[in-house]
Amino acid sequence: MQLDHLPLNQIAVIRAIDWESLPDQEGHRLRSLGFEPGVTIEALHKGILMWRDPLAVRIGRMTVALRTKVAAAIDCELSA
Amino acid sequence: MTQTPPLVALVGNPNAGKSALFNALTGARQKIANYPGVTVERKSGRAPFADGRPVEMIDLPGAYSLDPDSLDEAVTRDVVLGNISGHRRPDALVIVLDAGNLDNHLRFALELIAQGLPTVVALNMVDLAERDGLRLDAQVLARALGVPVIETVAVRRRGLEPLMAQLEQTLKAPRPVTEPVAASFGAQNQRARDIARAAIISETASRQWTRRLDAILLHPVGGVVILLSLLFLMFQAVYGWSEAPISWIEGGFSWLSEGIKTVMPDGLLRSFLTDGVIAGVGSVVVFLPQILILFLFILLLEASGYMTRAAFVMDRMMAAVGLSGHSFIPLLSSFACAIPGIMATRTIMDQKERLATILIAPLMTCSARLPVYTVIIGAFIPASSVGLGIGLQGLVLFGLYIAGILGAMLAAAVIQRFVTQSRTSSFLIEMPRYQWPRPGDIAINLWQRAWVFLRRAGTIIFAATVILWALLSFPKAPDGSNVSQVEYSVAGRIADGLEPIVRPIGFNHDIALAIIPAMAAREVAVSALATVYAIDAADEDAAATSLGPKLAADWSLATALAFLAWFVFAPQCISTIAVTRRETNGWKWPIFMVSYLFALAYAAAGITYWTARSFGL
Repeated sequence: MQLDHLPLNQIAVIRAIDWESLPDQEGHRLRSLGFEPGVTIEALHKGILMWRDPLAVRIGRMTVALRTKVAAAIDCELSA
Repeated sequence: MTQTPPLVALVGNPNAGKSALFNALTGARQKIANYPGVTVERKSGRAPFADGRPVEMIDLPGAYSLDPDSLDEAVTRDVVLGNISGHRRPDALVIVLDAGNLDNHLRFALELIAQGLPTVVALNMVDLAERDGLRLDAQVLARALGVPVIETVAVRRRGLEPLMAQLEQTLKAPRPVTEPVAASFGAQNQRARDIARAAIISETASRQWTRRLDAILLHPVGGVVILLSLLFLMFQAVYGWSEAPISWIEGGFSWLSEGIKTVMPDGLLRSFLTDGVIAGVGSVVVFLPQILILFLFILLLEASGYMTRAAFVMDRMMAAVGLSGHSFIPLLSSFACAIPGIMATRTIMDQKERLATILIAPLMTCSARLPVYTVIIGAFIPASSVGLGIGLQGLVLFGLYIAGILGAMLAAAVIQRFVTQSRTSSFLIEMPRYQWPRPGDIAINLWQRAWVFLRRAGTIIFAATVILWALLSFPKAPDGSNVSQVEYSVAGRIADGLEPIVRPIGFNHDIALAIIPAMAAREVAVSALATVYAIDAADEDAAATSLGPKLAADWSLATALAFLAWFVFAPQCISTIAVTRRETNGWKWPIFMVSYLFALAYAAAGITYWTARSFGL
C-alpha cells in the first residue's frame, strides 16, 4: 500500500521506495530524514480542507511533513 | 604571550537545540556576522573553561548531512571541512543530538565523527526525551560512537560544566582517527539505528503531547481557523499593546525638544537639532514598541515549534501559486523585515522557488512600513469600534497586510509561470516537538533586533534626515517672500520636478518630497514629512502638535489612501535591494524586482486615488 493511502494512526513498515520517480533533491532529503525500506512509519495527519495534502507522518520518533505526490513513491505494509 | 582561543563548532540536525545550547554556553555575549561571500549568519561567542580560559564557539546552521541540499547546509559542510578561506577550521566539534530523536540524528553524527576532528557529543534535551517516555544510556552510546557523550538540558543549564570540562580534556588529547567513512547512506543509517537501539534503556509510545497538540493545530478545518486567528491577534497586538510605550517615547522626545528650545537661542543650530534630528529620528524611534511586538510573536512561533505547523497548514494554498509551505516561513519573517526573510530562503531546496520567494518577500508588510501606516491611519481613520472589541484602525491595518499578501500571491503565480518557469514545487520538512519558548533566548533575540533597529535609526535614518533637513533649509527664502521655505529650498525644487509624475496618482508636493529619501529606508517617509512640517510651521504652536493632525488638515482622504496603496507595493529600501543582489549573485534580479514593484505601486496608488475620488472622498 502506498503511504498516501495508509490509514491514519496505524503502524506500518516501509517495503520499498521508488527512488527513480522522485526528483534527486527530494530523494536525497528523504534519505537524510531516514526514509528507508524496513523502517517503521505511521501516518498521523492529513492536510487542510478538501485537499488532504500534505501528510504528516511519524518515522522513528520524528514527525515529517511531505506531499502526497512524494508519499505515493513509498510502498508500505501494515504491521500485524 | 596570549594564545588564540581554541575554535569549537556546534553542529547538528535542525531542531536539536543547538542554538539554545549555544546561548546557554556563551550567554548574551554574541557576535553576529556573515560568512565571506554568503549571507549565512555566523553566530559566534565566547565560553570560559573552569580555569577561565576562553573558547571561541560558533553555532553552525542545522544540517542533515555533509552532502548539502541547501545553502545553509553547504556552509555547515564548508566550516566543518575547513573549506572557507580566511576562516580557520574548528579545533573541535560539539555534536548536538536530540536525545528524543536518536535514531534519525545519529547518522549525521556518525558522518561528522568520521571527519576525525576532536569531538564531544552533547546528548541534548534528555528531559524532554524522558517526558516522552524514553530513557537512554549515555555510556553505551559513548562506547559505540568512540567519543565522549555528555547529557545536557541546554534550556535548564544542566550538563554545561561537564560538557566544558570534557571539551577541555578532548582538546588536550585528540583521539586517533580510526573511524573509516561508512560506504553508503544506507549502511550509515543502519548503523545509526543499531546504535540507537542499543542505547535505549526503555521506551514507551512517543511524543504524546506533540501528537495531541498536532491533532488540534493541524486539524483540516480547525488548524486553518487557529492560524488565521493567531495572525489576526498578532496584528491587533501590534496596535493595542504599543500605545502606552509609544506615548512614553513621544513624551521623552518632545521634552528633549522643549528643553533645547528653552536653553538655546533661535537659530540654525537649534533648527537642526529640533526640526532635523529630534523630529526626524524621534518620529521613527517611536515605532520600536510595535516592531518588537511583531518580532516577539514571530520568535515565539519559531521557538515553540508552531512555525512548521503553519507551513504545513499553508502548503496547499502556496502550491496554488507555485510555491510551498517552505516559502511560508521566510514570508512570515518578512512581516518583521524582508532582510531576515530573504536570508531565511536559504533553507528552500528548490532554487526556482527560492528565487520567486525572494522576489515577492518585499510585498509582505515589513515593520518599517508600520510607521507610515500608523501615522496615516491615525490621521485619517476614526478610532471607532466595529464591534466585538475590534477597532476600525486595526481592521484597516489588517486590510493593508492582506493587500500585500494578495499582491504577493499574484506576483508569485506570474513569476513562477513566466519568469522562473517552474513546473513543480516540493514540501518536505521535519516538524519539531512543541516546547515552551525559553524567555532568556527570546529576550536575547529581541534585544538583538532592537539594537539593529536603533542602529539603523542612528545611522541611515539619521543621515537621511540630516541631508533632507539641509536640502529643505537652503537656500533660505527671502524675508517677506510669499513662497514658503519648503517650496523655496533645493528639496522643494526637486519635488517640483517629480510632482508632474506623481500628480496623476493623487500625490501632492509633500509626498513627492517624502518618497525620495524614503528610498533609504521606508520609515524615513514619516520623518521626512515630520521635518517638512516642522520647518514649514509658521509659529511655535503649530510645530508643537504632532504630525497626524497636520496631515489630516492638509491631505484629502483619497490622497492618503493612495499613499497607503503606494507603500503596500513600493520597493523602498536600499538594504532589501542590496541583500537581494547578494543572495541572487548579480544585478539582474534586484533590477527586475525594483521595476515590477514600482510599476505595481504606481498602478495601485492610481487606482486607489481615482476610485476614492469617484466616491467623492
